[in-house]
Amino acid sequence: MIAPLLAVSDLRVGAKPDIRAVDGVSFSMAPGEILALVGESGSGKTATARAVIGLLPPGLAVTGGRIAFAGAPLTPATLRPLRGPGIGMVFQEPMTSLNPALPIGVQMAEGLALHTRLRGAEIAAACRAMLDRVGIADPTACLRAFPHEFSGGMRQRIMLASVMLLRPRLLIADEPTTALDTLTQAEVLDLMVGLTREQGSAVLLITHNLGLVARYADRALVMRRGRVIEEGAARALLAAPREPYTRALVDALPRRGPPAIPRPPSEPLLRAEALAVDFAGRRRFFARGRAVQAVRGVDLAVHAGESVALVGGSGSGKTTLGRAMLRLVPASGGRVLFRGQDITAVRGAALLPFRLACQIVFQDPYSSLDPRMRIAEIVDEPLRLVPGLGAAERARRTDAMLDAVGLAEFGRRHPHELSGGQRQRVAIARALVREPAFVMADEPVSALDMTIQKQILTLLRDLQRARGFACLFISHDLAAVGEIADRVVVMQEGRIVEEGSRDAVFDAPRHAYTRALLDAAPRLEALVA
Amino acid sequence: MIGYAARRLVAAIPTLLLVAASVFLLMRLIPGDPAQLMLGDAATPEEVEALRRSMGLGEALPLQFAHWAGAALTGDLGRSITNGLPVLPLILERFGVTALIVLVAVGLAVLIAVPLGMLAAWKQNRPADLAVVGFATLMLSIPSFWLGLILLLVFGVWLRWLPVVGFVPFSEDIGAALAYVVLPITTLVLIEIGALTRMARAATIDVLRLDYISHARAKGLSEFTVLRRHALPNAFAPTLTLIGLVLGNLLGGIAVIETVFTLPGLGRLLVEAIFQRDYPVVQGVMLFVAAIYVAVNLFVDLAYPVFDPRVTAE
Repeated sequence: MIAPLLAVSDLRVGAKPDIRAVDGVSFSMAPGEILALVGESGSGKTATARAVIGLLPPGLAVTGGRIAFAGAPLTPATLRPLRGPGIGMVFQEPMTSLNPALPIGVQMAEGLALHTRLRGAEIAAACRAMLDRVGIADPTACLRAFPHEFSGGMRQRIMLASVMLLRPRLLIADEPTTALDTLTQAEVLDLMVGLTREQGSAVLLITHNLGLVARYADRALVMRRGRVIEEGAARALLAAPREPYTRALVDALPRRGPPAIPRPPSEPLLRAEALAVDFAGRRRFFARGRAVQAVRGVDLAVHAGESVALVGGSGSGKTTLGRAMLRLVPASGGRVLFRGQDITAVRGAALLPFRLACQIVFQDPYSSLDPRMRIAEIVDEPLRLVPGLGAAERARRTDAMLDAVGLAEFGRRHPHELSGGQRQRVAIARALVREPAFVMADEPVSALDMTIQKQILTLLRDLQRARGFACLFISHDLAAVGEIADRVVVMQEGRIVEEGSRDAVFDAPRHAYTRALLDAAPRLEALVA
Repeated sequence: MIGYAARRLVAAIPTLLLVAASVFLLMRLIPGDPAQLMLGDAATPEEVEALRRSMGLGEALPLQFAHWAGAALTGDLGRSITNGLPVLPLILERFGVTALIVLVAVGLAVLIAVPLGMLAAWKQNRPADLAVVGFATLMLSIPSFWLGLILLLVFGVWLRWLPVVGFVPFSEDIGAALAYVVLPITTLVLIEIGALTRMARAATIDVLRLDYISHARAKGLSEFTVLRRHALPNAFAPTLTLIGLVLGNLLGGIAVIETVFTLPGLGRLLVEAIFQRDYPVVQGVMLFVAAIYVAVNLFVDLAYPVFDPRVTAE
């Protein structure tokens, strides 16, 4: 047996009044191994990893146990020189993990200047070579550029380049792709695994996504409430989980629902005809920069009671299309028809029936609820605009709606007292309380843990069956929408590239982009096979 | 960057125009005849009529404004009623005193407050932080005139280290001039340090939570380098806005401090002019102060991209 690169024994991390974030965790990693630390929010996986590199958030501290790196115990004194060349870390949020005030070249050079004998031109050359390796088109320009000039996926590549430049023997990757769309996620992870294999680095991959574990990890630890509850070779563990909790996690992976019941052809409820949306370019002194064509002449019809999934990567125009169909973004071309009537240019009171009939569920359950309102008030608010509805009737409908989403006892609480999943239930209740004919759900589960995602998707599906509203489900994750969609529409660069029944698109995708999306999405069928 | 600067400059023009119009209209809104008010009850009707004509009060308001604004653009803000001197040179002379004290004081306050606020943020909720926050809050709650009087009492009257009343221009005797401005500057530094420290602390706390700080630490950088290179520029950007507001405010006159230390500054000029109903001077000072405020904030806007390159991209 090779000496372990990292040995953690009986690690305890806590905060002062008796909070145990990590409660006696032991594991070891061999050089070059990819170990996944799996668990949901609050399981202690991030605290464990951050304890290793000594970057616990304020308030948390190691309260017991030992961490040894390459045979030597890690203490605050021995850790500093190891950070960088010994242990590197890639963070979750590409939007905040690079310093916005410094050019990328300066940020990349810091580590090399500190840990190697390279100077000036050699450092620049090494940075350029690494940026080229991670697929940045113009490394020289990139060194001079600032982080805000790049997309999330590109920033994560730059981040990876900056960390791998020091050839760390252990890379800690904390949910490195959770903020990225499915396709970019796969590209960045392939790149990360490729780079670490080249350099022989071990990877401690922290994730709640079992699909990634099956695809990339050698071994996996499942954590719950600060403890390791199951451990084993990644694929074997997922194929035959022993613990009920692990089984619940595996069961939460998106699975295709039963095939759609064919419905009689009907008049479309909401329809986009050659709809186009341009965003004005950057304002210059006397003119404007080139306009961005977010949606380029799209035809899309959603029928009553139907569930349509609108799928595409970041920047594909899917959210803009959805918002333009709801008249939240002005169209620059084409028409929107609601129940056969052109509503593209309708304004004011004439638009009210349409507004009353359409609702939205937003992505982020933390910012989409007013923190000062009680849950019952939040759900009640849309009813205030319904003409001729008394207070007693409103209260009755609010209670019934909260009951329907499983939050009957929560009316008096405030949003901060609820978990992310519960908040998203509130958002759904708020959208449905007026019994809309059409609901747009924009990435309603991508901010949630896997098991919670499953619950929310099931809830949406059941409510839709019971109430018969039409749903436009916008997502970057084909697998997730597969659970509830009757029809799938795939968008790329502002155009629809593929459209068909869910099973037809999943089983026989015609467009290369759809195939790429399907390949990138973790699905249980592919994992256990 | 040049486009950004040009946009900011152009955007300042309507602000200044609006300010000029408000100052002009405010003076006209004062009930009664300005000429009569200026000259007082003892004036003969002929004198009032002569002044009315010389002030152009018979013309229509927009025409009056055009004349006044046009003259102001060429630097002609009229003449003081009390001593007949042209207003602009009077303002500039007084402003020199105020500007010297304010710029030095705010500069020193920033140099002390920013590192202090960053230290407090770095040691959040520890004794050092509590000490800094306590000091800042104390400084915030002390009235400037009281602090000034106490400093005068201790260093001027009891210890006799520094002069108590008066002012000597720097052109005459640098040593003596310095002795006269030490106390006002110290007072101002102590007064302004509170808000700036709290702002720097709050901004640094926000920045220290972000991943790029963890990223910088994960590279193995020392805490000092992390704070100086990664936290400072990002935490300084919001503080800069406050500095702009403070500077604009103080340059417009530190009447209380000028009164306590008997300094011939802009604030006292305005107060004296108000008491003497010297309307051209009041009007001129108000316009000048507004212009300074706009200019300082324009300068802050222009400095912003240095600390946050995202600003120019918008």
